[in-house]
Amino acid sequence: MTQSHYSDAPASSIPARHTLSILVDNEPGVLARVAGLFSGRGYNIESLTVSETEHEKHVSRLTIVTTGTAMVIEQIKHQLDRLIPVHRVIDLTVQGDAIERELALVKVTGRGEQRSEALRIAAAFGARTLDATLNSFVFELTGASEDIERFIRVMAELGIAEVSRTGIAAMSRGAEAL
Amino acid sequence: MSETMSGAEMVIKALQDQGVEHLFGYPGGAVLPIYDAMFHQDKVQHILVRHEQGAVHAAEGYARSSGKVGCVLVTSGPGATNAITGLTDALLDSIPLVCITGQVPTHLIGSDAFQECDTVGITRHCTKHNYLVRSVEDLPRILHEAFYVASHGRPGPVVVDIPKDVQFALGQYEKPQSNQHKTYRPQMDGDISKIRAAVELMAHAKKPVFYTGGGVINSGDEASALLRELVKLTGFPITSTLMGLGSYPAADPQWLGMLGMHGTYEANMAMHDCDVMICIGARFDDRITGRLNAFSPNSKKIHVDIDPSSINKNVRVDIGIVGDCGHVLKDMLTEWKALKPAPDRKAIAPWWEEVSAWKAKDCLAYRGSKTTIKPQYAIERLYELTKDMDPYITTEVGQHQMWAAQYFRFESPNRWMTSGGLGTMGYGLPAAIGTQMAHRDSLVIDIAGEASILMNMQEMSTAVQYRLPVKIFILNNEYMGMVRQWQELLHGSRYAESYSQSLPDFVKLAEAYGGKGIRCSDPAKLDDAIREMIAYPGPVIFDCLVEKMENCFPMIPSGKAHNEMIMNDLSDDAGVEIGNIIDQKGKALV
Repeated sequence: MTQSHYSDAPASSIPARHTLSILVDNEPGVLARVAGLFSGRGYNIESLTVSETEHEKHVSRLTIVTTGTAMVIEQIKHQLDRLIPVHRVIDLTVQGDAIERELALVKVTGRGEQRSEALRIAAAFGARTLDATLNSFVFELTGASEDIERFIRVMAELGIAEVSRTGIAAMSRGAEAL
Repeated sequence: MSETMSGAEMVIKALQDQGVEHLFGYPGGAVLPIYDAMFHQDKVQHILVRHEQGAVHAAEGYARSSGKVGCVLVTSGPGATNAITGLTDALLDSIPLVCITGQVPTHLIGSDAFQECDTVGITRHCTKHNYLVRSVEDLPRILHEAFYVASHGRPGPVVVDIPKDVQFALGQYEKPQSNQHKTYRPQMDGDISKIRAAVELMAHAKKPVFYTGGGVINSGDEASALLRELVKLTGFPITSTLMGLGSYPAADPQWLGMLGMHGTYEANMAMHDCDVMICIGARFDDRITGRLNAFSPNSKKIHVDIDPSSINKNVRVDIGIVGDCGHVLKDMLTEWKALKPAPDRKAIAPWWEEVSAWKAKDCLAYRGSKTTIKPQYAIERLYELTKDMDPYITTEVGQHQMWAAQYFRFESPNRWMTSGGLGTMGYGLPAAIGTQMAHRDSLVIDIAGEASILMNMQEMSTAVQYRLPVKIFILNNEYMGMVRQWQELLHGSRYAESYSQSLPDFVKLAEAYGGKGIRCSDPAKLDDAIREMIAYPGPVIFDCLVEKMENCFPMIPSGKAHNEMIMNDLSDDAGVEIGNIIDQKGKALV
C-alpha cells in the first residue's frame, strides 16, 4: 500500500526540446492564458516570444521553446489548441529543420587592449556595434541561440556589463506557411 | 436590426434571446443595474440563492438535468470568489454554464477598489473561457459568444465579467445571428478511416468491453440512444463511469455496473482482461484506471472524445477518434451494419461466460441487519420505492455518493447529478434545487451525508422560498465516512477529525427552515418513512440514521490494479479492520 490514493509518478522517459509556433487572437490576457497553462499544468517554458504579426486581423504569433517527453509535448499542443483564442499550434521541431533565430544586446565595458579585442571578436561573429563610448560598447548579434551563447561566453572574458536577449523567433523552411 | 439600450438591459435581453428561463444568483453593488433591468421583465426568472457557490451548483444541476446552459449572476469581489468552487466543478465535469459577474467601474480596475478582485485572472484556470467586457460595444457579441463557447465542443463554464460603468453605458444591442465564435470550431465528426479501423477491431474482438462516460450524456439524448443500439447490436458488455450513469439502462443484462475505484467486480475485471476496449466520452481518470502500468494490459484501446487533449493524456490508446460521441456513434453503427461481422456473438460467448462468473460473485452483496439500517439497504429501498416515478438524483460527495452510484439504478440519461471530477461536498442540495427548477413536477432527491449537507445547508431556505419540494435523504453515520474509511486503510484507524461532532438536530433544522423533518433508525420502519417523505409536497430533510462503521466496497485500493480489488467480506462484521486486511496482502487481493 502506498500512503496516497494517487498513482505513482511515471517512470521518467527522455525529454526533448520542441519549438512551437502558436497563432492567437491578440486580445487582453491571451499571454496570461498561455503562460498560465504552462505553470498550471507543470510544463516548462525555456523561451517565449510574442508580437502581433497581422495587425488588421489582430493576430499575434507566439514562439515557445519547451522541453518534455513525447507524451507531454503532445499534451502541451492539445492543451494550447483547446484555448479559445488559439487559432493554430505548429510543432516546428516535428516538421523538422526550422529556422530559429534570437537577437541579443550585449554591453561590454573595458579599456585599452580589451576594447580592440572586443571589436575584433564582434566582427568575427558578425555583430553590429550599436553604441560606443570610451569605456563601453553595445553589440547587437542575431543568430542561432548556440552562436549567441558562444559570443556571450567569449565576451564574458572581456567584461560583460549587461545582456538582453529576445528569446527565439522561428519559422519553417520552404514555401509552406503557417 | 439593432436597438439602443444600456449594458445591463443588454444582459437581460441576451439571456432572453438565448432562451434562458432561469437564472441563479445573488445581488450586490456591482450588479445592481442588471438586477434593475431584470426587475422590469418576467421572461427570465431569477432564483435567489443563499450563497454564490449554491448558485453555481444549482445552475449545474439545472444544466445537467435539462441539457441546457445553466446561468449564474453574481456580484464582484466576494460574489465572484464564492463562485469559484462551482466553476471549477463545472469545468472538471464539463457542464455548460454562463456566469455573469459584476466588476467595479473600468476606471477603478486595479486600484483595489471596494469588492474588487481580478475575476478574469482568478477564473482563468477554472473556466473554459472568460471575458472582461471593456466596452459596451463588445457586450452583445461577448454574451452570445459565451453561450456558444459554453455549449459547443467539450462543454464548460464561461465567465463574463462586466464593469458597472459598462452596465450603465448605452449601446447598440444586436440579436444573436451566427452566434459563433470567430475561430472556435470544435470537431464534431470523427475521422471516418479511424472509425472504420475501430469497427474492424471491434468485429474481431474476442473479449470486448464498452467503457462510457459523461461525454455520451453531454452529447444529448440521441447519443444515449445510439449507444444503446450499438451495444445491443454488438452484444458486448458495457460499463460506465460515475459521470456516465444512465446513458445505458442499468436493468439491461449487458450492463456490468459502474467501474473504477468503487466499481463492480465484474466491470473492473472485464476492463482488466479485455482485448478490445471501446472508450466513449470518458477520460481515463485516476479513479477509473487504478495503477496505470497495470491498467488493462492486454487490450487494444479505442478512445472517442471531443477534446483532443483527453486522448493519450493518461493512457496510450491505439485508435484515438476526435469527435462528438453522438456523431461518432452514428458512424460506428453505420460501419458496423455495413461490415455485418460474421462470427458475431459466438466469438464472444466464452467471454460472456467469464463475465458471468465474475457477476456471480455478487460483489454488491452486504450483510443485512434487523436492528440498524445499513446504508446500502437504505439506498436500495429508496430506489425500489421511487423507481416508478422517474426520479432525479443528486448527491454530495463521499461514501453515500458511492453507495448511491452502486445501489440506485438509472435507466435514462440526465437523471444523475453528482460532482465527479472535483468531488465537491455541498454540491447536492443546490444541484437538487437547480434540477427541481428545470423539472417542477418531478421527484428530486439529494442523497447526502450528514457532513456534506452542512456545507451548503443554507440553500434549504432557497428551496422553501421557491416551493421546491426537494428531498434531502441523509445517510447519517456521524462520520465523514470516506475520510474515515481512508484512515482505516492508510493511517491505522486514527480518526483525525473525521467524526461529525455537534451535529444539529436535522428534524428541527428542517422545521426551522419551514420544511419537514423525518428521522428513521429502524429498518422495519424505513419504507413507511420513505413513503411519507415522497408524499410530502414540500422540501424534506430525511435523517436516516445508518450503521456507523460501514465501509464502501468493492474498492480498488491505492496503487493497485483492477484485478486487485478489496471485496466486502461477508464473513466479518461490516467495516472492521480493513487496515489489517490490506496488510495481509494475499487475503486482501482478489
